[in-house]
Amino acid sequence: MDMLDFFPSSILQAADTSWQTVTIAQRASSAFRDHDLSGTIGYLLLGLLFTAGLLTVLGLVLIYAERKLAGHFQCRLGPMRVGWHGILQSAADGLKLLLKEDIVPENADKLLHLGAPVLSLMATVLTLAILPLSPTLQVVDLNIGVIYVTAVTSLGVLAILIAGWSSNNKWSLLGAMRAGAQIISYELSATLSLLVMVLLSGSLQLSEIIQSQSDGWWIWKSHLVGVIAFVTFLISTTAELNRTPFDLPEGESELTGGFHTEYSGLRFAFFFLAEFVNMFVASALIVTLFFGGWMPFYIGGWDGFNSIMGLIPPGIWFAGKSAFFIFLLMWFRWTFPRLRIDQLMSLEWKILLPVGFINIFLAALIVLFEWHF
Amino acid sequence: MLLTFYILGTVSVLSALGVLVCRSPVYSAMSLVCSFFCLGGIYILMNVEFVAVIQILVYAGAILVLFLFVIMLLNIVPTGESVRFNLPVLIAFGIAVGLFAQISGLFLGDIQFGPKDVYTAEAISEEGSIGLIGRLLYGEFVLPFEAISILLLVAVIGAVIIGKRRLN
Amino acid sequence: MIPTTHVLILSAALFSIGVLGVMLRRNVIVIFMSIELMLNAVNLSFVGFAREMDSMTGVIFIFFIIVVAAAEAVVGLSIILSIYRNRQTLNVDEYNLLKW
Repeated sequence: MDMLDFFPSSILQAADTSWQTVTIAQRASSAFRDHDLSGTIGYLLLGLLFTAGLLTVLGLVLIYAERKLAGHFQCRLGPMRVGWHGILQSAADGLKLLLKEDIVPENADKLLHLGAPVLSLMATVLTLAILPLSPTLQVVDLNIGVIYVTAVTSLGVLAILIAGWSSNNKWSLLGAMRAGAQIISYELSATLSLLVMVLLSGSLQLSEIIQSQSDGWWIWKSHLVGVIAFVTFLISTTAELNRTPFDLPEGESELTGGFHTEYSGLRFAFFFLAEFVNMFVASALIVTLFFGGWMPFYIGGWDGFNSIMGLIPPGIWFAGKSAFFIFLLMWFRWTFPRLRIDQLMSLEWKILLPVGFINIFLAALIVLFEWHF
Repeated sequence: MLLTFYILGTVSVLSALGVLVCRSPVYSAMSLVCSFFCLGGIYILMNVEFVAVIQILVYAGAILVLFLFVIMLLNIVPTGESVRFNLPVLIAFGIAVGLFAQISGLFLGDIQFGPKDVYTAEAISEEGSIGLIGRLLYGEFVLPFEAISILLLVAVIGAVIIGKRRLN
Repeated sequence: MIPTTHVLILSAALFSIGVLGVMLRRNVIVIFMSIELMLNAVNLSFVGFAREMDSMTGVIFIFFIIVVAAAEAVVGLSIILSIYRNRQTLNVDEYNLLKW
């Protein structure tokens, strides 16, 4: 245990552990136990409204942020016309998509063409319910949280494949096949990084993973293992989101838009929204697993600093941290050029996956000998 | 809870029938996804959440995607495969119905269960079902576990070799 | 509490539907899907029995069955792909040669 002496343990300050996770589902069931029918229904409705509201807010904010950031990265101003500095731009975008003609290609498979965007949005909305935005802002706290997120997001592949196939268009089909191959490949290394964090924190439950970071975030506490897992997860999650530099599935210059070539109007909006919400889910997962979730940033010994940090409510911490990672993902888009398909595949199968396997082995060693702080 | 079980069970049987009825293999695959989802819901009702999530992750997220990939790679148009009620088809129906009657008659009759094990619902929730599965998988069942991993490896290598157009 | 017999009857129904699919359909991919359906029916009965007998063995066996199902799907679909390259058909009745 000499390694522990190497890092002075005083840099890790125990956070305030008085935060108890009380989910909306728990409130509903305790109200049900007290035979408080209106309370039960009220909390259930609150859960629904919270998820729906989160979806709407994320859609509005992230689309505006993407357009504004893209503008500033290219030394433009971005949207400026609708409202103050274009703040109502995403509402206007949504309205436009609502009013647009809904075109279905003549030889498309009508039912599946209709169903694919719904399935895509469903796969993302199902994950919103379990994200721990703050100790009290979580709809359900499943004991299988981490696997649940992977399982539900893997349904997105199904939606993309169906969308590409039912459009009856060769670009759509090619884009869908590329997206499917890419997402399935990168899901492997993403899951391996998730498993590293599950090993370290010893739980699959998202609230418990956060509680295990009360004496320091896993990215500091786990030596290099957490950092490697974080970098692999960031890369593979960018690939799973089909964002640049891994946006081959839609690659405008070669596939005219990929699997959603033939989509317009509201159905396209569904895919668009699902993509942005997925981005938030990925950032929220990164924050939860590596950066302490809603835990504030504490530095050991700096009591004044810590007490100021402790004043900021946990929900703000979570929002701020995930906003940073969303910004990072948007930044990637204007920094890295698109990969070729063979480069993409060799990055996953020849680099990320072996690194992931070695990393999980190291994590097992660290947990076994209790080398982490 | 019982009502939920009946609804899920009915939907899963109907969508399983949909697999047989649909002309297009893509529709069959989607129908199968629906059936798997209902089974996942039933697993959650029976307090085996981990199995439910693995069911969705592996079947809907991996195996069905594989099926869809093959269907799309081969670009299958629905063939004019029509079911006429001739003798072989009637025999097939007879066999299936007979099988169902046989098995369910067996279950409805007097089943003798063996001695009960120690993992009651309370014992499982005390240790946590996931932890328990992990402990058993790496303790009591470690040999089958290793064997199954070799099987998976063999399957992967076999698939690559068969799928390759020509071996040098 | 769901009665175990009802779970088992549901699993019997799904298994019979899978058997019917294998016998009725001629499209080899749909036949494969029916086999997956049968494996799932077996999984369901495993869970039912495991809960009735307070045992975890059934739940553990589900993981083995899922792995077998995945392996079977992978190998089977690659065989289908290589047959399709030679015969351009998915109808099992036309797969009447053992060697190509």
